[in-house]
Amino acid sequence: MSSNAADFAHRPLRHIKERLIEFLLFLAALSAVATTAAIVAILLYESIGFFRHVPLLDFLTDTQWTPLFSDAHYGILPLLSGTLMVALVALGVAVPLGTITAIYLSEFAPHKVREAVKPVLELLEGVPTVVYGYFALLFVTPLLQKFLPNLPGFSILSAGLVIGVMIIPYVSSVAEDAMRAVPMHIREGAYAMGSTRFQTALRVVTPAAISGIVAAYILGISRAVGETMVVAVAAGLQPNLTWNPMEPAATITAYIVQVSLGDLPHGSIGYQTIFAAGLTLLLITLLFNIAGHLLRKRFREAY
Amino acid sequence: MDDTRHAPDLKVMIARHKLADRAFAVLGVLATLVGLVTLAALIVDLAVDGLPRLSWHFFTSFPSRFAEKAGILSAWVGTALVMLVTLFAAVPLGVAAAVYLEEYAPKNWVTDLIEINVTNLAGVPSIVYGLLALGLFVYALNLGESILTAGLTLALLALPVVIVATREAVRAVPGSIREAAYALGATKWQTVSQNVLPYSLAGIMTGVIISMARAIGETAPLITIGALTFIAFLPPAPLSTQPPFLSFEWLTSPFTVMPIQMFNWVSRPQAEFHLNAAGAGLVLLAMTLLMNALAIYIRYRYRKRIKW
Repeated sequence: MSSNAADFAHRPLRHIKERLIEFLLFLAALSAVATTAAIVAILLYESIGFFRHVPLLDFLTDTQWTPLFSDAHYGILPLLSGTLMVALVALGVAVPLGTITAIYLSEFAPHKVREAVKPVLELLEGVPTVVYGYFALLFVTPLLQKFLPNLPGFSILSAGLVIGVMIIPYVSSVAEDAMRAVPMHIREGAYAMGSTRFQTALRVVTPAAISGIVAAYILGISRAVGETMVVAVAAGLQPNLTWNPMEPAATITAYIVQVSLGDLPHGSIGYQTIFAAGLTLLLITLLFNIAGHLLRKRFREAY
Repeated sequence: MDDTRHAPDLKVMIARHKLADRAFAVLGVLATLVGLVTLAALIVDLAVDGLPRLSWHFFTSFPSRFAEKAGILSAWVGTALVMLVTLFAAVPLGVAAAVYLEEYAPKNWVTDLIEINVTNLAGVPSIVYGLLALGLFVYALNLGESILTAGLTLALLALPVVIVATREAVRAVPGSIREAAYALGATKWQTVSQNVLPYSLAGIMTGVIISMARAIGETAPLITIGALTFIAFLPPAPLSTQPPFLSFEWLTSPFTVMPIQMFNWVSRPQAEFHLNAAGAGLVLLAMTLLMNALAIYIRYRYRKRIKW
């Protein structure tokens, strides 16, 4: 009886403790929101300082990016062209290879092969990007130069190719998830009509999973656009308005690295440029990420 | 008459489709191999250039102007200390956030907002975290270009990975376990801390190891906060023989880490420094691949052993 009474006496305390823990856990979860808010706040704050000096129109239309020269130009186009070209070359590798790998792993490969291959492909994602940069500069570029003697030591091509291989596992795993979400009875319907695995994969599974597969490409673009070290090491750091992958160029990310390596005073216009560049980068990746997630959601709801 | 004309056609057609089927299976294997062959080529390339550089001297020397005298002492010590900060910041925060989202969160707009932010943060390029750290930690909070700043920056990067992995692990614990705990009069926190978390430990550990392996290799955000590349000294030791034995002075010390050291060497024009870069890269690669392999092994063991 007395022990029961003591228990009841503890109840309010126990309740408060539970409430306190829940509140602390909530605060931890809120840190994700706080991080996003801090990212947006800091990029906007420094960018506003930047756009006080540089009109938005110049930023978007000037064809030169030379913020550190005495004749300063602040046109984002050269950085954008570099970024998009690297991403295009990367997609040229990752889209076909990632799609074929996904179809193979989802529709063809025996269970054992899939279980063995997937972790190894995941390792490909685990390699530090600076190591990929080394590989692009000192292995892929010399290799390419044997076939393309005109290829300079730094090029969009070799950086893009390596990033392409780097994002294969990412593209293939998202695409494979989409294909495996296609219900078995749809495949069985195709098999019952006498289709081969290839016909089933190409004409039944792929169309059914298409929004997820496109989401995989879009999320892949977002990865390629945000990739930093491979381009910083292997593509050169010279802003260059070009559509030729055989030339060196700088991406938005590479420019941020280049400026950070120097010693720019806090609050100077040069310091603000990396935040304006970062804001542009964030907006691009945000756009792709949102599109990708909306498409991914669609294939999940389809069945 | 129609039949005699169609029968061979049909056979030819079937044969053609079967051939296409087999051809695609071969293509599939080849496409899968591209990734694996690249990984092999990368490892072999690094090993050929870097393996001769790996010696006791390489691990115990500071960087130097002379390639053959240079080593990675300050880099690996820096990596270890930065990762320590990252681990202590990201794991409690990430696990707590995940537990809240899985076990406590009511279905309302605040929860939706948190969920959207976690998904979105996982897709933000790492260099943007570097800009955040530069503006927030280095200047607004005045932490400088220190080990603490670097560790917190990487913790922010690791956070979404830890949260997602922990959520999956917690979700995999069957509801019957929770109901059993409630039936015995346990409070929610007792249920979570004494039942759900221990059962999801393997899954959480897998996620933590993978997030740390990724953080070890991160270069861009640390370059952005202005991490120096030439550090020829060690931070103050965290342990000492004098009371109070424990010192936190190292948190404010300047630093370099393995990937930054490697980037520094690979961006020099001299080929001798490229060999050093390969050596550092080999050590870095070994660290991350071992951690990833460990995570895969834990996941495999856990899947095999636990049958609900």
